[in-house]
Amino acid sequence: MALPTYASPLEKVWYYAFRVICAVVFLFLIAPILVVIPLSFNAEPYFTFTEKMLAFDPAGYSMRWYDTLLTLGSSAPDGPRDSGWWSATWESATWIKAAKNSLWIGFWATILATSLGTLAALGLSRPEMPYRRLITAILISPMIVPIIIIAVGMSFMFAKACVDSGSALGTILGPFLSNRGCLANSDLGVIVAHATLGIPFVIITVTATMSGFDQSLIRASASLGANPRTTFFKVIMPLILPGVISGALFAFVTSFDEVVAVLFIAGPEQQTIPRQMFNGIREQISPAILAVATILVIVSILLLTTVELLRRRSDRLRGVTGR
Amino acid sequence: MTDTTSGLTTSDGRPLKAALLAAQSKARRRAFLLVAPLLLFVILTFILPIAYMLQRSFENDGFSDSAPQLAAWFAEHPDGSEITEGAYAALVADLATMQANKTPGQAGTRINYTVPGTISLFKAAARKAEDLTPPYKEALIALDADWAAPKLWAAMRSASTSYSADFYRVAIDQKRGEAGDWARGAERERIYIYLFVKTFILSAIITLSCLLLAFPIAHLLATLPMAKSSLLMILVLLPFWTSLLVRTTSWIVLLQQQGVVNNILVALGLIGDDGRLVMINNQTGTIVAMTHVLLPFMVLPLYSVMKTIPPSYARAARSLGATSWTTFRRVYLPQTLPGIAAGSLLVFILAVGYYITPALVGGADGQLISNMISFHMNKSNWSLAAALAAILLVAILILYWLYDRLVGIDRLKFG
Repeated sequence: MALPTYASPLEKVWYYAFRVICAVVFLFLIAPILVVIPLSFNAEPYFTFTEKMLAFDPAGYSMRWYDTLLTLGSSAPDGPRDSGWWSATWESATWIKAAKNSLWIGFWATILATSLGTLAALGLSRPEMPYRRLITAILISPMIVPIIIIAVGMSFMFAKACVDSGSALGTILGPFLSNRGCLANSDLGVIVAHATLGIPFVIITVTATMSGFDQSLIRASASLGANPRTTFFKVIMPLILPGVISGALFAFVTSFDEVVAVLFIAGPEQQTIPRQMFNGIREQISPAILAVATILVIVSILLLTTVELLRRRSDRLRGVTGR
Repeated sequence: MTDTTSGLTTSDGRPLKAALLAAQSKARRRAFLLVAPLLLFVILTFILPIAYMLQRSFENDGFSDSAPQLAAWFAEHPDGSEITEGAYAALVADLATMQANKTPGQAGTRINYTVPGTISLFKAAARKAEDLTPPYKEALIALDADWAAPKLWAAMRSASTSYSADFYRVAIDQKRGEAGDWARGAERERIYIYLFVKTFILSAIITLSCLLLAFPIAHLLATLPMAKSSLLMILVLLPFWTSLLVRTTSWIVLLQQQGVVNNILVALGLIGDDGRLVMINNQTGTIVAMTHVLLPFMVLPLYSVMKTIPPSYARAARSLGATSWTTFRRVYLPQTLPGIAAGSLLVFILAVGYYITPALVGGADGQLISNMISFHMNKSNWSLAAALAAILLVAILILYWLYDRLVGIDRLKFG
C-alpha cells in the first residue's frame, strides 16, 4: 500500500502515523516474549535490568539460573560434574523430572489426538458425511468450553473412573493408572484429558488441508485397482501429511502448555513443566522461571518455523499459491 | 417420467433408484465410521464428565447424608406442616449421630449456604445433643433461639433431599429470608452475580482492546507485499506458539513495581521513584496480559477477511470523490465486519472462561468467575463449584451457538 500520488498532506502524516501505530502494536506483541531472554542471564536475583547489565558489563550476566534448573531438587547438587553427578541430576532434579513428565504425557496425548483426529477429519471432509455440522461442533467444543469447566467435570468423573487391579483391564492399564486403579492422579488421566483438549486443533488443521483435496483422486485411485488401504497410504496420506504433522504439533503444544487440567486431576507424580512454573510464580518467583521461559521461547520458535515450512510445502503440493 | 426412471435397472437387475440409495447410505456409513472412534472418545472424556458435573450441581449430600431421621420426618410431613416435637426429636437424634461421626461442620456448612451463620449453631448443638432431654423442642430453643427460626427449618427441609436446585439459588446470590422463602442476600453476600457481571465487562474490555490493536496490524499485513507480510506475520504467530505461562511471567516481569516498565518510566523522569505505578495484581494486570494473550485470535480472522477485500474498491470510492475517512467508514469498514464479528466473538468466548492469567496477575480484584470455581473446588464445595460452572457453560454455549450462526465453526483456522 504505497502512498498514492494524489494524497493530501494530512494523509501523508496519517500514512506515517499509521506505520508508527503498527510498529507499537508489534512491539507490544513481541517485546514481552523477548524481554525474558536477557533477564534470564541476570547475575542478581532480580527481575529487572541491573546497572551492570545495561552497561554490558560481563559481571552483570551469569548462567546461574540455568544451573539452578539442574541442581534444584537434585539428590547430589554439589560436587564435581562427573558422570555420577549427571546421572543423579537426570534422576532427581525437579525441573528435569518435570520435563520428562511433560514430554511423556505430551507424546501419548499427541499420538492419541492425532490418530483419532486425522481419521475423523477424513470422515468429516467426505461429502456424504451425515450430521456434519453438529458433529464438527461437538468435536471442536473442547477448545471453546473453558478449560476450568472441563477440568471440574473430569475431576469429578476421573475420581470415580476406577478399575479393579485384579481384572483383565486393570492388568493392562495398571501401570498407567493411580495406585488405587483410578484415572484421577494418574498418567493416563492426564494423557486422556490433554488428548481431548488437543483434538480440535488436529481436526481444524487436517480438515483445512483436506479442503483443497480433490476427492476424485480417491475414485481415480480406486478405478486403477487400488484397495482403500493402498489409496489411503499412497494417495491421501502423502497429500495431507503436512497438515497432520502441523495438527500433531498443535496437539503437542496444547499438552505441553496445559496446566489447569493438571492442577485438577493430576497427583504429585504428574508434576509437569507448566505446573512447576505455575507453582513457582504463585509461591516464590525466582529468575530460574525466566531461564525455563527462555528455553520454552526457543522451543516455540523452532516449532513455529517447522509449522510454517510445512504449511508452505502443503500449499505447494495442493497447488495453492500465496497465503 | 416416473415410469422411465423406475424402469431402469443396474446390470444385476436391481432398480437404479434403490441401488443408488443403497450406495449412498453405504458411503454415509463409511464416512460416519471414520468419525465414530473419535466421537466415542470425546463423548467419554468430554461430554460425560460435563454431564456428570451437571448432575453434581444438583447433588445435595452434605446435610441429607448426616441427617437421615430428620429427612424421614420431612418426607412424612409435607411442606407447610407445623414443626412438631417429633421433628425436634429427629433433629436431636441426628445431631448426636453427627457428633459421633464428626460431621456437624459439614452439615452446618451445607445449611450455611442458604442461611449464613449456621456452622457454629450446628457444632454447638451437636456437642450437647447427647445430654438433651425431652421435650426436645424447648431444650434446643433454650440452647439457641435460632433453632425456632422458620428460615432454618425451610433450609433444612430443602437440604434434606438428595437432589435440589439450592446451589443455583446460591449461585445467583439468593438466601433464605426470615420467613423461609427465597430472597436476595444481604449486600455484602451478593458476590456471584457481581463476579459474573465483572467477568463479562472485563472480557468486553479485553475484546475491545484486542480489536483496536489488531485492526491496524491486520490491515497492514493484508496490504503489504507477500514477502514483508510473511515476515511480520511471524511476530503475530510467535506469541501464539509461546507458552501461556511464559507470556504471563513476562508480564509480571514487565509490570511489577520494580519491573521493567516502571524502571523505564522512572529513568525517563515521567514518574518519581516513589510514584511507581501499580499495574499488576489488579484489574489492569488482567486486562493487559489477557489482551496480549488473546490478540493473535483477533488478528488472524481479521487478516483472513481483509485479505479478500480488493484494494480497487477503495480507489474507486476515492475517484468518485469520497474523502479518505468516508472511504474507510462507508466502503472498507463494512467489508471487514465478518472478520470483526469472528475475531470479537472468539476472543470474548475465550476471555470469559480464562483462569491462568487472572489467577497469576489478577490479584484480588482482577479475578474472574473461573477463579471462583477453582476456589470452591479447593474448598471441597463441589456442588456450588459445579453450579457456577454450569451457569458459565450455558453462557459459553449461547455464545458458541451465535458464533456458529454468524461465522460458522468450519471457518476457524490458525495461521
